Amino acid sequence: MGNDTKRIWTPALALTLLAGLACLSVALFMTVGVKGNWGFILPFRGLKIATMALVGYAIAVSTVLFHTITGNRILTPSIMGFDALFILIQTSIAFFFGATFLTGLPPSGLFLVQTAAMTVFAGLLFSWLFRGGVRELHLMLLSGIIFGLLFRSLSSFLRRVIDPDEFLILQDTLFASFNRANPELLSVAATLVLLVSLAAWRMRNVFDVMALGRETAINLGVNHRRMVTLTLAMVTILVSVSTALVGPVTFFGLLVANLAYMLVPSHRHILILPGAAFLAITCLVGGQLFLERVLAYDSALSIVIEFAGGIVFIMMIVMRGAR
Amino acid sequence: MIEVSNVTKSYGGSDVVRGVTSSLPASGVTSIIGPNGAGKSTFLSMISRLLPMSSGQVTVDGMDILTADGDAMAKKLSILRQDNHLTARLTVRDLVAFGRYPHSKGRPTSDDLAHVERSISYLGLADLTHRFLDELSGGQRQRAFIAMVLCQDTKYVLLDEPLNNLDMKHAVAMMQLFRRAADELSKSVVLVLHDINFASCYSDLIIAMRDGQLIRQGTPAEIVTGANIHEIFDLEARVETVDGRSIVHFYL
Ligand SMILES: Nc1ncnc2c1ncn2[C@@H]1O[C@H](COP(=O)(O)OP(=O)(O)OP(=O)(O)O)[C@@H](O)[C@H]1O
Ligand SMILES: [Mg+2]
Repeated sequence: MGNDTKRIWTPALALTLLAGLACLSVALFMTVGVKGNWGFILPFRGLKIATMALVGYAIAVSTVLFHTITGNRILTPSIMGFDALFILIQTSIAFFFGATFLTGLPPSGLFLVQTAAMTVFAGLLFSWLFRGGVRELHLMLLSGIIFGLLFRSLSSFLRRVIDPDEFLILQDTLFASFNRANPELLSVAATLVLLVSLAAWRMRNVFDVMALGRETAINLGVNHRRMVTLTLAMVTILVSVSTALVGPVTFFGLLVANLAYMLVPSHRHILILPGAAFLAITCLVGGQLFLERVLAYDSALSIVIEFAGGIVFIMMIVMRGAR
Repeated sequence: MIEVSNVTKSYGGSDVVRGVTSSLPASGVTSIIGPNGAGKSTFLSMISRLLPMSSGQVTVDGMDILTADGDAMAKKLSILRQDNHLTARLTVRDLVAFGRYPHSKGRPTSDDLAHVERSISYLGLADLTHRFLDELSGGQRQRAFIAMVLCQDTKYVLLDEPLNNLDMKHAVAMMQLFRRAADELSKSVVLVLHDINFASCYSDLIIAMRDGQLIRQGTPAEIVTGANIHEIFDLEARVETVDGRSIVHFYL
């Protein structure tokens, strides 16, 4: 890269463009094809957009932070089995307490219980992996795949054992989607995300140092162990939010995080994190709009995104091997 | 003073550093020498709290490194490791500026910026400040990392093979820089060196390690002798005195 390109393509310009794209897709999504009753359509679409924006933000931020504490740009929380763990916790709660208990509880209360359980379990399971216990990338990847497989098999086993009637109720709570957003759940989730974001804002400079690696961070006086644990807790909460709202999404985080590293020419989290979030919102909202309005497909977005993300994942693994 | 008492590191039952006791002076240049695998890097990583020790104790000016506040320690002692990989894409200036983090916490004052500029110019990087690290040669990158550590402006500066990748001219300039830091700013510079003649000409103290143990410690005149070189490196070498310095001939 020459000096000229650097001066033109600044982080500020990149962020402005990305923010513009995100706003544009939101505006288009709200207004395209609205006929007749605005009073009905706007709240309906608004809810859908809010869910997508929250999920996109949560996935983008959790992936970038996860990359920062693990020192690589390939592994993501979902590849490491975080989503699968959340589903397992949901299923176990239904299994041990009965689905009637699930429906008796307000969805937001249930969500908080699940998130708390998730934070504890993920903390126990994963923190040793990231404190420098396992350094080799392929070992981490392998443990992630094994964890994910284990969680998924356990969940599907529990679901088989559950009484069919109860299972139907469970399925209803398990598989939320953009189209059936729940305003109460959404507001609790948004509150959690806001709290995590405030913590992340206070730690923004620490993240920059942690991205230099464990040893350099310790040399510069960062309490690495504590910060990794704290960041992991933040990541876990964000993953819980996105999984509770739309279910597991494996490769989307990888896609937007790596796009953000490419497009935002900076190492500073205060610039990369918003960049990744804008990209995620653009991809989700813009993608949904394109599929719904232009191609008239209804629910293929997740497939398209997972396909693209999967290809990026494979390319990154192959390129690493080649180097 | 860095007091090291009975420090041991074992991996799976075998000791790679065994019962090292020593004290590193509060100012001056100290060189650690020894063959590959002697445990020099392991030792340096332990006394700089990057690697937990299996047993033993290390104090820096009386502060136990295991219990001392990480932040206070970062203002007293800095370390550069033998290998440095980064996932983030940084420019030279970004990297050097990180050296001020313990002082600035990410909000550099004009004093911090002055430190950054000074380190950059001391290490001859002024023309490269906006280059990304992956656009540099090996020696330039090594100098950028050293600039970051010097920018931290600590009393103790620990460097693992700082002369790696440097040409003769830059290597000499680097050693002179360390010498000046010790003499003019009374810093304590601790180096792992493979070039025994640099160790001999620029150090106040030499520590020799072999098979995980500290086997010799003393002034260059005491350590750099034919018998000692044989004992440390298993190598026959001629030692001559040039301008009052012991110089080892080992190429022939
Ligand atoms: N993580 C590890 N697990 C097992 N053994 C290790 C580990 N790290 C280092 N060692 C072993 O410890 C010994 C000392 O290693 P160290 O890196 O301290 O040597 P060194 O003196 O710095 O060598 P060099 O001059 O090559 O840098 C070596 O035999 C090495 O193989
Ligand atoms: Mg070494």
